[in-house]
Amino acid sequence: MPDILIIEDEPNIAHAVQFILSRDGWQVALHGDGLGGIEAIRGAKPRLVILDVMLPHRSGTEILAELRGDHDPSIAATPVLLLTARGQAHVPLADEVLAKPFANDDLRAVVRRMLV
Amino acid sequence: MPFEALVAGCLAYVALMFGVAFAADRAAGRGKVRWLDHPVVYTLSLSVYCSAWTFYGAVGYASRSGLEFATIYLGPTIVFAGAWWGLRRLVRVARMHHVTSIADLISARFGKSNRLAGLVTLIVVVAATPYVALQLQSVSLSFEVFATDGLSDIRVAGMQGTALWVAAGLALFTIIFGTRNLAADERHHGVVTAIALEAVVKILAFLALGIFVVWGLADGPADMVDRIHRTATDPENRGWLLQPDRWTALILVSGAAVIALPRMFQVLVVEAADEDRLATAGWAFPAYLFAMSLFVLPIAVMGRDVLPADANPDLYVLTLPAQSGQNWLAFLVFLGGFSAATSMVVVCTIAVSTMISNHWLTPLWLTLRRRPQSGDPEDLRGFVLNARRLAILAMMAVSWTYYQASGGTAALASMGLVAFTGMAQVMPAMLGGLLWRGANRQGAYAGVGTGSLLWMLMIFLPSLGIDGLLPVPPEVDPLAFAILLSLAVNTLAFIALSIFGMPDPVERLQGLSFVSAVDPIRHSRVARGVDQAEPLLVMARRVWGAEDALRFFQTEAALQGKSGYLPDLTPGFLTRLERRLAGSIGSATAHAMIDSVAGGVKLTVSDLMQVADEAQRAKEETQRLENATAELARTARQLHEANDKLTALSVQKDAFLGQISHELRTPMTSVRAFSEILKNPTLTPEERSRFAGIIHDEAGRLTRLLDDLLDLSVLESGQARLSVMPVTLHDLIDRALTAASATRPERHFRVERDPLAEYVGIITDADRLLQVLINVISNARKYCDAEHPVLIIRVIRVLQGGAQIDIADNGSGIEPARQALIFEKFARLNDPARAGGAGLGLAICKEIMANLGGEITYLPGQGGAAFRVVLPRRPPVPSDAGWRHRA
Amino acid sequence: MPDRPLFLERASFRRRRLGDAARVMPVLALLLVLVPVWWMPERISSAGGAIWLFGLWAALIVAIWMLHRTLRRADATTLRASRAITDPRPDDHAV
Repeated sequence: MPDILIIEDEPNIAHAVQFILSRDGWQVALHGDGLGGIEAIRGAKPRLVILDVMLPHRSGTEILAELRGDHDPSIAATPVLLLTARGQAHVPLADEVLAKPFANDDLRAVVRRMLV
Repeated sequence: MPFEALVAGCLAYVALMFGVAFAADRAAGRGKVRWLDHPVVYTLSLSVYCSAWTFYGAVGYASRSGLEFATIYLGPTIVFAGAWWGLRRLVRVARMHHVTSIADLISARFGKSNRLAGLVTLIVVVAATPYVALQLQSVSLSFEVFATDGLSDIRVAGMQGTALWVAAGLALFTIIFGTRNLAADERHHGVVTAIALEAVVKILAFLALGIFVVWGLADGPADMVDRIHRTATDPENRGWLLQPDRWTALILVSGAAVIALPRMFQVLVVEAADEDRLATAGWAFPAYLFAMSLFVLPIAVMGRDVLPADANPDLYVLTLPAQSGQNWLAFLVFLGGFSAATSMVVVCTIAVSTMISNHWLTPLWLTLRRRPQSGDPEDLRGFVLNARRLAILAMMAVSWTYYQASGGTAALASMGLVAFTGMAQVMPAMLGGLLWRGANRQGAYAGVGTGSLLWMLMIFLPSLGIDGLLPVPPEVDPLAFAILLSLAVNTLAFIALSIFGMPDPVERLQGLSFVSAVDPIRHSRVARGVDQAEPLLVMARRVWGAEDALRFFQTEAALQGKSGYLPDLTPGFLTRLERRLAGSIGSATAHAMIDSVAGGVKLTVSDLMQVADEAQRAKEETQRLENATAELARTARQLHEANDKLTALSVQKDAFLGQISHELRTPMTSVRAFSEILKNPTLTPEERSRFAGIIHDEAGRLTRLLDDLLDLSVLESGQARLSVMPVTLHDLIDRALTAASATRPERHFRVERDPLAEYVGIITDADRLLQVLINVISNARKYCDAEHPVLIIRVIRVLQGGAQIDIADNGSGIEPARQALIFEKFARLNDPARAGGAGLGLAICKEIMANLGGEITYLPGQGGAAFRVVLPRRPPVPSDAGWRHRA
Repeated sequence: MPDRPLFLERASFRRRRLGDAARVMPVLALLLVLVPVWWMPERISSAGGAIWLFGLWAALIVAIWMLHRTLRRADATTLRASRAITDPRPDDHAV
């Protein structure tokens, strides 16, 4: 069971995030599409979800809304870190928001804060 | 005259006719129809009424029955005396409905019923076959006259086949010039011009013979009158005494025949460009008939006086000059008779084959193949043309067989009258339909049915020798009795069932349109929405071919103030579409096809009341009001479209900034993350080089995006520099295909091209054009979702110089809602199949084409995604040069 | 322009009477051709009858020609007059 599930369609960004976080010792899994994102969360039951906003087929905010409405309370309460390329600082329902491009240390700090 | 010379002259004459028809068709193809459309050509083409029956048979008729022969020409004269209000109205209404034949007219009037059209076609075929056989017989007889003296057996054997050769040649002529294309109006300029020329030959030959007889054989008019008087008062000649009942019946029947005979309806109504030419034809056609009849009696009397008693009166026109040693005159007369026979056969066959294909074969084929969207879009057009060719061949073959079987012994006149009386049975339904709104389909069935049954029993079967089926009172003339009885029963049945029957709504609507001569309105409620126009376009393409269909739809869209190829489904548009289709395949089939595609809902009586009200009001409104309303609607539609586009654009404008931000930040995120990772000293060399590679790729992507944005802004401002040079489209397409094959190289595309057509030279900016072609082809490679992808590239040279390039694939195409947006920036927003670029490709293509003075458009209804690139011969001169010109 | 509507009225009146003449023409022709044959078939069957019939026929053709010529002129005049008064724009619906 991974600590972190990354849902991100840009493979290079996904690999960068995975590389940075796994060097901190986290178990990291990847999912590359908005479609089936919610099922991936339900299946993997991660402690943290890192979610991109601009995804093909289903946007990150849609997935977030569905996640929060899940009938399993433990899944509905999963902490979510939203990655956005539009410079927003706050998005409803998301626990944390990180604007692209981000500093690697900021990413690591946010994740550590959310998981520990 | 030697037989060989006769055959050679005949062949030369036939070659001349082919040449004239070909030249006229070519001239019409280039739009030079002014002299082809002249009222004189129209009037001469009407003379197809004077078939070989007139040319040979009139003299025979006169020698047996005296002045009675004139009835056949007096009837049409009386009808044409009413040309101004009668025939003009008929032609106007028929043109309004794009009627293709008399069967089509009756079917359109009585609720677009194809069964009724099928019934009329049956009568036409039964009546016309012996008549065409008669023409073949007359040609064959006229050959024999020249061949009587001193011929070897070989020549006699060769002559037995005359009819066969003539039939084959006429079939060829008719197929070549009668079934060239499936135009929206069934006009055949080549055929009409050729028969107009034949009409001149006919009349010259007959007049020359008449003059020779009156002043050469007799001693002038006074002597001629004496001779006629002697023959007429000869007690031996009881046949010359006019019988009033026959006189009346024959005038009635020939008046009906001049409209209802398939060949007459074809030249009088279908081939008429408009109804104004009847002002000329109204007196000129009777004058032609007068000239053809003037010398009939003198020739008949002279034949009786001079020639041996056993000579065939039907051939006096040939034997008289031949006996007198006037070989050239005889040859001219022979050509006249040949012209009369051939022109009749050609026009009659075209008319009948159109009816057979439109009312028998095409509906049958459409019922048998209930495939709504057939895979091959060209099939219907090809089928209809082939059906007509088949019908022409069948008609010729049956007529020839009839001639062979009947032995060709019957007198010419009796066989002609059989056809006249048969077609006259259609007249009550036609006249009633045009003049009386209450006339309905049951009435038409009853009238045409009973009338033609009586005709069958009392005229047609007796003409084959099957007699005595119905008793005829001994004291009256059997022919006059049969004509008057069948027409009376026909008319009574038609009126009675019309009074007691109830027409359905479509029929009442058509009745209103025919009787009041107002534009028909198609009223079937259709589901609203732009996506409905596309299946109609696909259907129209099956009938007219891609180019014509696209042109019609584009014009209609422009009329509504819309751009592109998909007009709204307004009643006006549907009416015009149906009428144009009716011009190609008949009104019943066109109606059924549109209903099946547009999902027409059945008309109810309340709809009908509404429409009748509307029609009445529209008729009363002044022209100006109508124009203003149309203008207003057009402006409103334009505004509506502009508004829709603006709304969509402003939504897009917001999205544009977000999109730019997203497109820039995404590669930057990777670059930043990996460059920070690279600072870490513990990485392996492989990891280092992989991460550096990623940074390099993402930097390249950033550069491309910035390049595209810059390119677009330069193009949009119109400051792009073009480096124009002459290029060949073939080379450019080759290069584009090679360059585009880098996109999804794993997919194998079959490319359909026509290399020869691609050798079009134009002056343009080759690199820019190449950019457009690569973009369009790459898009096809990216998005075409067919299992066996095919790319079709067609280059067409445009008339005014320049070219158009159509590039189509066989995938599922672009849905109509998105077609309007694909050329906008970042149109690929939220596109699931995002593949690399930023969605600026087609926006750049559009700007490039505008800079090159052409355009790129999406072609709907082509079975896949299809784009058309239109190029001028050279790009427009930059605007500063224009300023200098004006200064 | 007080006299112009008057002109229009006269022109259209004349035009309508000519239209009536065009309707009568075929009926008249039919009667002229039918009645003599019912009345005295023997006389019409002879040479004199033939001359009479062809003469009638020729006269009929000339009559149609003159009628059509007058009708076309009257039509053109009415059209021009009505257009000059009611509608300054060219009539694009005229065929």
